[in-house]
Amino acid sequence: MIDIDIVTLSRLQFAATAMYHFLFVPLTLGLSFLMAIMESVYVMTGREIWRRMTLFWGTCFGINFAMGVATGVVMEFQFGMNWSYYSHYVGDIFGAPLALEGLMAFFLEATFIGLFFFGWDRLSKIGHLIVTWLVAFGANFSALWILIANGWMQHPVGAVFNPDTMRMEVTDFMAVLFNPVAQAKFVHTVSAGYVTGAMFVMAVSAWYLLRGRHQEFAKRSMAVAASFGLAAALSVVVLGDESGYVATENQKMKIAAMESMWHTEPAPAAINIIAFPNMEKQENSFAISVPYLLGLIGTRSLTTELPGIVNLVDSAHDRIRDGIEAYVALRKVRANPADAEARAVFDAKWPNLGYGLLVKQFRTDIENATPEDITKAAATTIPNVPVLFWSFRVMVALGFYFIGFFAAAFYVASRHKLGEQRWTLWLALFSLPLPWLAIECGWLLAEYGRQPWAIEGVLPTFYAASGLTLWDLALSLAIFLILYSILAVIEVILMVKTIKKGPLDHNPFQPALADGDALPATATAASKL
Amino acid sequence: MHDIVPIDYETLRLIWWLLLGVLLIGFAVMDGFDLGVGALLPFVAKTDEERRIVINVVGPVWEGNQVWLILGGGAIFAAFPMLYAVSFSGLYLAMMVILIALILRPVGFKYRSKIGDPGWRSKWDMVLCFSGIVPALILGVAVGNVLLGLPFEFDDTLRTFYRGNFFQLLTPFALLAGLVSLSMLVMHGAALLTWKTSGPIADRARTFGRWAALAVIVLFALAGVWVAYGIGGHVLTSVVDPNGPSNPLGKTASVVTGAWLANYTTYPWMMTAPILGFVGAALALVGFTARKPALTFITSGIAIFGIISTAGVSLFPFLLPSSISPNAGLTLWDASSSKLTLWVMLLATCFFLPIILAYTAWVYRVMRGKVTGDSMAKNPNAY
Repeated sequence: MIDIDIVTLSRLQFAATAMYHFLFVPLTLGLSFLMAIMESVYVMTGREIWRRMTLFWGTCFGINFAMGVATGVVMEFQFGMNWSYYSHYVGDIFGAPLALEGLMAFFLEATFIGLFFFGWDRLSKIGHLIVTWLVAFGANFSALWILIANGWMQHPVGAVFNPDTMRMEVTDFMAVLFNPVAQAKFVHTVSAGYVTGAMFVMAVSAWYLLRGRHQEFAKRSMAVAASFGLAAALSVVVLGDESGYVATENQKMKIAAMESMWHTEPAPAAINIIAFPNMEKQENSFAISVPYLLGLIGTRSLTTELPGIVNLVDSAHDRIRDGIEAYVALRKVRANPADAEARAVFDAKWPNLGYGLLVKQFRTDIENATPEDITKAAATTIPNVPVLFWSFRVMVALGFYFIGFFAAAFYVASRHKLGEQRWTLWLALFSLPLPWLAIECGWLLAEYGRQPWAIEGVLPTFYAASGLTLWDLALSLAIFLILYSILAVIEVILMVKTIKKGPLDHNPFQPALADGDALPATATAASKL
Repeated sequence: MHDIVPIDYETLRLIWWLLLGVLLIGFAVMDGFDLGVGALLPFVAKTDEERRIVINVVGPVWEGNQVWLILGGGAIFAAFPMLYAVSFSGLYLAMMVILIALILRPVGFKYRSKIGDPGWRSKWDMVLCFSGIVPALILGVAVGNVLLGLPFEFDDTLRTFYRGNFFQLLTPFALLAGLVSLSMLVMHGAALLTWKTSGPIADRARTFGRWAALAVIVLFALAGVWVAYGIGGHVLTSVVDPNGPSNPLGKTASVVTGAWLANYTTYPWMMTAPILGFVGAALALVGFTARKPALTFITSGIAIFGIISTAGVSLFPFLLPSSISPNAGLTLWDASSSKLTLWVMLLATCFFLPIILAYTAWVYRVMRGKVTGDSMAKNPNAY
């Protein structure tokens, strides 16, 4: 029998380490492109201030990047450490994008990041600019492969179960690569990173303007961040809608839960703007809804129905019964690989094997499952509705706020009026944590909303964990919590210290400039602009 | 369904076994000197400026080097998922100790010199030393335990059960393997420092390097004798179809003392591996003494190549033997990914690995030359 405490602690540890890792990733994604843009302007115009901007935001990037690397290593090994049955069961498909991430993306980013910091006086201007762009592309390719892996967890395409090896095996690699869920998620996630980078630059620059420091530096940085942020905020919401639309195709339960829609309604369904979902009674205690809207957004049609939570649970019953039949056939095939009859049954029923495994949390001999067991197992297919409902609303509200915020900033910047209204600077400063809040809500929605599945419809989460001891997990969880808390404090202290110190007000590469790299007089004149 | 793959399964598995070796050796050679330099930090550098020089020797390259480990992890996952599943869950707390070091190391490099306070800096120096020594030691202990076999078994759904704990890993043979690994990487780190620094740091590194190279030779020989007379190797006792589906329960195996050396009789060319281990370390010892830093560094890399290859070919065809259920031991024939996954990953590796090697070489070329106080002063980004 599987130990549920171990599973709960393993989930808690994975959630904590993944969400902590993702505090650093979005800033890496966003700042790397902002640095590349600023350095491009430097190379095109030769104005020294743009190099100082690149250097300063690069210093912030470096402090953040170190934490991203440190916490990312953990993610690479945790699947094997805490989710060993998962690793065996889907490693044939899931391992490949992780390895490709290393080969194609992380190597690029990590090799050139050193040169970004240490290569200023060893490379030509163009050479260094190329290095910076390679860092930015490397970081973003990384996200692509990770989201291909994650997309497959949400929508497992291009694979079948092989009874001879007791695992899922890839049949169509292109389907895994061009998984529509992965594509939508990739653009949505990197755009969220760009919003974060832009907001970071806006907030820090606003603080300088409030203090009356580094005015030219801050205004230029804000102008870049405002335009970049506006494009990113539009993209994040539009592509968010795309991933919502894709979710209606693939993860009906997730969308029903995040909209707290308990029963199938006649198309087009109404949307609940505010609701207080009650998990016990399977209804909303209170709801304010707008007719037709959800059906229109979710299905982009007037006639397609969106299934409700209760209706999806009903249909899960049949899938569980099918899954148990597949499981029985699988055992026959394992006992006698030549049993053609059992193989035929398995080949017909295997797509529901995962549903059959859901019963394993109630009894080991699932072939003897009673109707009550099946009902209990079907009920576990409902994720936590109130958490999903509200995290979705927080994320969407923030998404629209970002569009408004960056549109206003872009307007003010294009009229050269940045910093004239002090309250707008305060607003920018206090908006700093909001992208992180939106992003963590987004991941909560995506991953908590995937429950009870590790791989949607294929592998239940509780069935995927390693057989560790309570002592192992208590110790590792404690280590992560203590270590990560200390490092978070140190990171914030160093970031604040760096920001307080501010950008350099002199040219750190004077000797290099004297060699004729750029005329010192021009550089001085430019820095006064 | 798998008709699109033009190579047979057996060859693909063999290629991936070799590639796994390439990646692990790549990690040990590239990230290995970072670990060695970290381990030596408080011993070869006394003043703050000296310590900054040592840190800035690896400063521009440690991030890229660490990716060899990430890629190694990813490649094991993709090519031998069962090895990934069994080893990392079985060695859970040992991996946690390594992870602590790997979490602290990037932060240590990056944050140490951001604040001038001597107390702050000396604490981070200790952290960098710890996070150099610990992974070097524990990874060696892990390899020692692989040779001894790990106490794991499977049920009929191929779920892993590990019947051991962290402290049982610390057997005398495994600790010896840990010391081989530590002295090997200290030798390699010292070799880099003699190349990239000058003056007192290089002098101290030379002294440590000589001792480390000597330790490698003695400990590696000792481990060899132990493997021959002290520990049981695993032998297949049934036919394994190298083209069959990956099912580690489809064979039988038994344990015979000294059997890890059987391959050297069957395939005498495999003797090249231990010979390169000894010759490399001996030449590194000569190089340290004769003050030939480039030669020292290259030969210590060859020693690492030889020593890791020795472990790999001794185990062949096993990847991870089981001490409590020898039949469940993982071999490269029955623990790999599907044919299609191995093929796709091979294509990707053949395309990207040469590119990675090319740009890595270019970065080292750009960063060539010794690190000095002057060179650090010129760069506001120096650690």
